[in-house]
Amino acid sequence: MSKQYQFKLVLLGESAVGKSSLVLRFVKDQFDDYRESTIGAAFLTQTVTLDDQTTVKFEIWDTAGQERYKSLAPMYYRNANCAVVVYDITQSSSLEKARTWIRELQRQADPNIVIALCGNKTDLAARRQVSQEEAKKYAEEEGLMWAETSAKTGEGVTEVFTAIAKKLPLTASPAARPGAGARASPGARQGVDLNKQTTAQGQNEACNC
Amino acid sequence: MDEEYDVIVLGTGLTECILSGLLSVEGKKVLHMDRNDYYGGDSASLNLTQLYRKFRPDQTPPEELGRDRDYAVDLVPKFIIASGELTKILVHTDVTRYLEFKQIAGSFVYRDGKISKVPSTEMEAVKSPLMGLFEKRRAKKFFEFLQNWKDDDPTTHQGINLDTDSMKAVYEKFGLEAGTQDFIGHAMALYLDDDYITKPARPAYNRIVLYTSSMARYGKSPYIYPLYGLGELPQSFARLSAIYGGTYMLDKPIEKIVTSPDGKFVGVTSGGETVKAKQVIGDPSYFLSADDGKIRVLEEGKVVRAICLLKHPIPGTDDSDSCQIIIPQNQVGRRNDIYIAMVSSTHNVCAKDVYVAIVSTIVETSAPENEIQPGLRLLGPIYDKFVEIKPLYTHTSDGKADNIFITSSYDATSHFETVVDDVHDVWNRVVGKELVLKKRDLEVQE
Repeated sequence: MSKQYQFKLVLLGESAVGKSSLVLRFVKDQFDDYRESTIGAAFLTQTVTLDDQTTVKFEIWDTAGQERYKSLAPMYYRNANCAVVVYDITQSSSLEKARTWIRELQRQADPNIVIALCGNKTDLAARRQVSQEEAKKYAEEEGLMWAETSAKTGEGVTEVFTAIAKKLPLTASPAARPGAGARASPGARQGVDLNKQTTAQGQNEACNC
Repeated sequence: MDEEYDVIVLGTGLTECILSGLLSVEGKKVLHMDRNDYYGGDSASLNLTQLYRKFRPDQTPPEELGRDRDYAVDLVPKFIIASGELTKILVHTDVTRYLEFKQIAGSFVYRDGKISKVPSTEMEAVKSPLMGLFEKRRAKKFFEFLQNWKDDDPTTHQGINLDTDSMKAVYEKFGLEAGTQDFIGHAMALYLDDDYITKPARPAYNRIVLYTSSMARYGKSPYIYPLYGLGELPQSFARLSAIYGGTYMLDKPIEKIVTSPDGKFVGVTSGGETVKAKQVIGDPSYFLSADDGKIRVLEEGKVVRAICLLKHPIPGTDDSDSCQIIIPQNQVGRRNDIYIAMVSSTHNVCAKDVYVAIVSTIVETSAPENEIQPGLRLLGPIYDKFVEIKPLYTHTSDGKADNIFITSSYDATSHFETVVDDVHDVWNRVVGKELVLKKRDLEVQE
């Protein structure tokens, strides 16, 4: 029997490093050169197939720009199973910022969170400011996954998400996983489902007369 | 900060966040700021560090309370009434995708020195000690009358006109005892005092119907509650706003509300910089003093709230993991009811085996802490207690003349219906038309 596991993935990183573009490439295989800040779509899902038996569905949370002025809500980190922290290989300051986000994750997120540090914009390698060695060394010290990508060409993008999927603990039963998994599929919710109850309301009222 | 916005919103309480979210969805360019470094304003949920920083800046939380991050202690004691207007907004805006809800396990009412469960099923009603046998029959007739009422069918009216007859007349028609009236008016219609009795019965009827339909919706109590605390509500609407382009800035002390010589809103100064916008919406705390000497908010009264940490469930509640207890004013010789709202680790708001109860009432004397004693006494041993006396502010003008729109403080009611009323009211004043909730397009892609 095949199993689908569901995980909440959060994106972090300085503005304009390509967080949304990375997701857009992963989810829709699209790229938009003039994409400005994130508006309107900050909740995407994409499934990765690990083998015949197992698929991993990512529920991807974009920052919706709330990272800009220290205003990401605790809700964002809550129950995140994995995080992709993005920096721009042509901006060394963006790696510094990535370090700050990683410290924030270590402070606020679940201790078992899987974190991937991701150097984006390899298509602009001619203007590289962050060496692979430097980023890799930092990732190793902190126990993070590390990869480089280009949302523009698609290079390395699927690989990052697949690598995360492989690293996530698939031991717990899908429904029993806390957080994201339970939230996105109403059937697995532990609590009450407002949407579901709305449609059932008519029946309820009839019964109670 | 050099851009110009349509609306600047000050304070990230639930009212302001709902407005911000709805305005952004509508296409307005919104800048939302808060002086605190956390979301929620007066409707925030705080972790232990934040709680102590607010109430006891010179103390660190005791270690035995457990991990800081396990706590989300509400500042206002409110629940969501299941069939109410907030539920509608949550569903319409689809922010439910960020939230998870649980039922509140029970609603209790204090009578003659002890607490009893407000019956949630017919079975419980038959067994309830709240009424004697004959009174139960009379009450049954009363509730059947309410349930069968149809505006356009005079045969269901039994000679009563809800719009002209007082609630007193309705109670008398069914011969209900004073104790039962207390129970219906305070534990079901959720009136804080007895002023409603002499007024037309329609609003009371609506409130009882809201209560019973909410009760019927999930079963245990009429209330639901978001996991991780009420503070999740403003956060989820803030996210909605951000997704639709709203800009968020926390930790921004507001130095000045800038107005033009003719008194109209110009912008907001923070950190020495002034941001301009056409309109400003904010909670009353941002308008307490004005440089132009104009009085924009007035104090209407005060609420006293005691946040109590317990190491046990409240005695007499069948070890409920959450509950509301109402102490009707008549029972303790007051004008206003005392409310207790309790939640626990079941709702991911505190460490295991800790219970957070808030006792609150509208202040009537110069010794507010004494006024909540009847509530505190019901809790058993209190591990720690944080008391706050909060003024309730109202705005002095509708804001249309100066483009300054002020929301109301969080009142003493047990749910968010008045918050939604405030949202509608402010929307009306800001946008100039009624708020119509449209189902937003889903963006989930498979």
